[in-house]
Amino acid sequence: MNFPIELLINAAVAGLLLGGFYAAVTIGISISFGMLDVVNIAHPAFIILGSYIAYLLNQSLGVDPILAAIIVLPAFYFLGQLVYQVYYLSFERRGQDALRGLAFFFGLLFITEVVLILLFGVDYRYVEAAYIGPTWRLGFVDLPLRMLVPCLVSLLLVVVLQLWLTHTFTGRAIMAVAQDQLALQLMAANPIRIKRMAFAVSIATASLAGAFLIIIQPVEPSVGREYIGRVFAICVLGGMGSLPGTVIASMLLGVVESFTATFYGPSWAPAVAFGFLLLTLAVRPAGILGR
Amino acid sequence: MSAPLLEIKAVGKRFGGFVALEGINLDVARGERLGLIGPNGSGKSTLVNCICGTLNNETGTVHFEGRALDGLPANRRTHLGLARSFQLPRPFMSLSVADNLRIPLIYAVRRRSALILSPQELDQRAIELLGMVGLEPKARRSPRDLTQVEMRKLELVRAMAAEPKLLIADEVMAGLSHSEIEDIIQLLLKLNGQGISIILIEHIMRAVMSFSQRIAVLVSGRKIADGKPDEVVNNPSVVSAYLGQ
Amino acid sequence: MRSWLFFLSALSVGAIVFALALLIRSDYLFFAGYVILQFIVLATAWNILGGYCGYVNFGSAAFFAIGVYTSVALVKLGANPGRYLPEFLATSLKPLLPLPIVALQLFAGLIAGVVGLGMGYLTLRLRGVFFAIATLAMAVVLQTLIINWDFVGGSRGAYIVRPASVTLGPFSIGYIEYLFLLMLVLAVVALTVARLIERSRLGYGFATIRDDELAAEACGVPTLRLKLIATTISGAFMGMAGAPFPYYIGYVEPAATFGLPYAVNSIAMPMIGGTTSWPGPLLGAILLGSLQQIATVTISSAVNLLIVGVLLVGFVVIAPKGILGLIEDWRHKRAKP
Repeated sequence: MNFPIELLINAAVAGLLLGGFYAAVTIGISISFGMLDVVNIAHPAFIILGSYIAYLLNQSLGVDPILAAIIVLPAFYFLGQLVYQVYYLSFERRGQDALRGLAFFFGLLFITEVVLILLFGVDYRYVEAAYIGPTWRLGFVDLPLRMLVPCLVSLLLVVVLQLWLTHTFTGRAIMAVAQDQLALQLMAANPIRIKRMAFAVSIATASLAGAFLIIIQPVEPSVGREYIGRVFAICVLGGMGSLPGTVIASMLLGVVESFTATFYGPSWAPAVAFGFLLLTLAVRPAGILGR
Repeated sequence: MSAPLLEIKAVGKRFGGFVALEGINLDVARGERLGLIGPNGSGKSTLVNCICGTLNNETGTVHFEGRALDGLPANRRTHLGLARSFQLPRPFMSLSVADNLRIPLIYAVRRRSALILSPQELDQRAIELLGMVGLEPKARRSPRDLTQVEMRKLELVRAMAAEPKLLIADEVMAGLSHSEIEDIIQLLLKLNGQGISIILIEHIMRAVMSFSQRIAVLVSGRKIADGKPDEVVNNPSVVSAYLGQ
Repeated sequence: MRSWLFFLSALSVGAIVFALALLIRSDYLFFAGYVILQFIVLATAWNILGGYCGYVNFGSAAFFAIGVYTSVALVKLGANPGRYLPEFLATSLKPLLPLPIVALQLFAGLIAGVVGLGMGYLTLRLRGVFFAIATLAMAVVLQTLIINWDFVGGSRGAYIVRPASVTLGPFSIGYIEYLFLLMLVLAVVALTVARLIERSRLGYGFATIRDDELAAEACGVPTLRLKLIATTISGAFMGMAGAPFPYYIGYVEPAATFGLPYAVNSIAMPMIGGTTSWPGPLLGAILLGSLQQIATVTISSAVNLLIVGVLLVGFVVIAPKGILGLIEDWRHKRAKP
């Protein structure tokens, strides 16, 4: 088989760009699942919601999708607070019943998808912006702007979040909650408030991730489901609550998926994430067993 | 002097940056009564978890009857003869009180004796065990109907049901009255009389002193003393670290 | 009551239902009834792992699809054995072909059970959460595999021709009635097995895993082994429920077969009906299944899915023990002075 080096490098670059985007998608899970131990499998649904809102604002008002996402950030934050409050009152306070919590989020995932189908139908939706279309060329390397822009903004988002987590009081409180709730109570901070804030932040990231998604590819309601396997695989591989780990794992998955799509065909790409998931579960069980 | 029943060598366990246990060396002889004391958070329950396989110790080894336990899941260790009660009671809420005891009777005991007990025999044995701690009247009730104290007794008796060679009783006496404490001590002494080694983890010093042949003291994840009750109680470092409080 | 007695009683009830349906002579009743019976099986099967053990399986659609596609593959193989099998095998198998549906079901159950075992072995050592996520991801992978497998039609789908009628001894009944009957028997078997498990030592073991897996291990319960048993049985029944489906629907394609409705319904029905015991999934399947049939006919199929989702979330938040639990609590309150 002829292995043109250009093809290889382009596939790798495409993978890295994709990985940057995956990081934005997974960041929310790194916070809600990695740090707070809330299994929010409805996260992709929130992302798709973000995509559709960006689509609406883009189609009706001509607003740039990323800008649109930033505008609705507060709404998503509030939504996150609401969801967490319901989750907390119904499940966490009553004691551990992971089954119910999971079913709750699964139900939310499902409802969101169905409502979107009812409102928008199953047609693919896309947005328009100046950078969707042109492609930069560095020698023989293609850098489609519709991938590059989301990737860069996504990495910026991760950096901002990481700084916030490590340098602000609230951020450090969140990281403390991830380690030890008791310690936090001794600090006289209310762990529930902190957790709610963190969860709200994770949902807010979904708004941006949604905008990135619809920039990169056309969206229809069931697209979210492909991402469930991906985000959890990345989160686990990246070491659960670690943001830098998430970025590295995202890049890795992006590159492997890109190679698979290039050399075996795009219809195999969804299976890659599962392979990853199985691999990470098999190789890093110690980090996951009985916390 | 035969080989120790339980040998803990250089066992260590960390949670992230927090060192829960470091360099623990402890032996328990066959038929011995060991008291394990120490302030809250000193690592006693973590040590129990490592011995019983609920947690995996990162360094060091645990041997039971000469056999290395590393990597063995908790249920296998119970089959070998280790049993423990949980400091915070964990009854099976959807089973009746008596049925809670059936579980170790079916899954732990049967393994060793190859004796298949009929449901009636299992039930009889369960009621018998409940009688030892006065829980017989509540045999058919749900564990939800038990008081905190009764739940602790259930924890103890559930561990006993597994017919262990080594029983670890983790703070079973909290909240008990004077006479109830006496009853538990008598019960444990009777078990010990049958050759069962017992590790008693308690804060009630009177009970520990009267019961134990030997006492080990854990402070901040390290063992700072190990010897006869009188020696340990008069050990200055023990006094300042724990008893002085 | 002893299990064989229960089995016979349930079969009798089923026979009465079947006879009534024959009297009413409505084809629609059989079509709708088949779907509800299918959901009884799926819900009961899901509940063995989800309700009894507490391990959520989001990939019910995958096991169902294994059943569907095993049938499709075997039927296609049977239609032209000489092309795919060595000569001697093809000729010796010819008199057995086309395979009766029951045989298809058994094959499907076997394969689905094995897949359940394998997947369980890979993921059940970890926390329940990871098992749940893995099942979801597995459904995606399986769908990808099927889409890329041209033999069963890939994304284009496959057609299965449904015969007009079936002769059983002296009787000749329409094919849809035959399918209804098969699913009825499977439902009765599933319910009997579920009830049997509940009352056995296995059921006790499952309950401890659900209540407190850590404590169960400390008591000597072989949790991994029990979970594997549950996954295998659960998967096998789901596969068996899927096997007749190609004949029922005539045309199968991956998007619909792997559709979310199967996954959600398998979870919603037991959770709404009640997860602790066999009547729960039965009740949930009948109620929710009928509701959906009515909604699909009167409103639209998308709205009916919305109803399921909302009911699921509602029950999970407000009445986590399902309808059975509500009844039990009400009786408890009445009994206490």
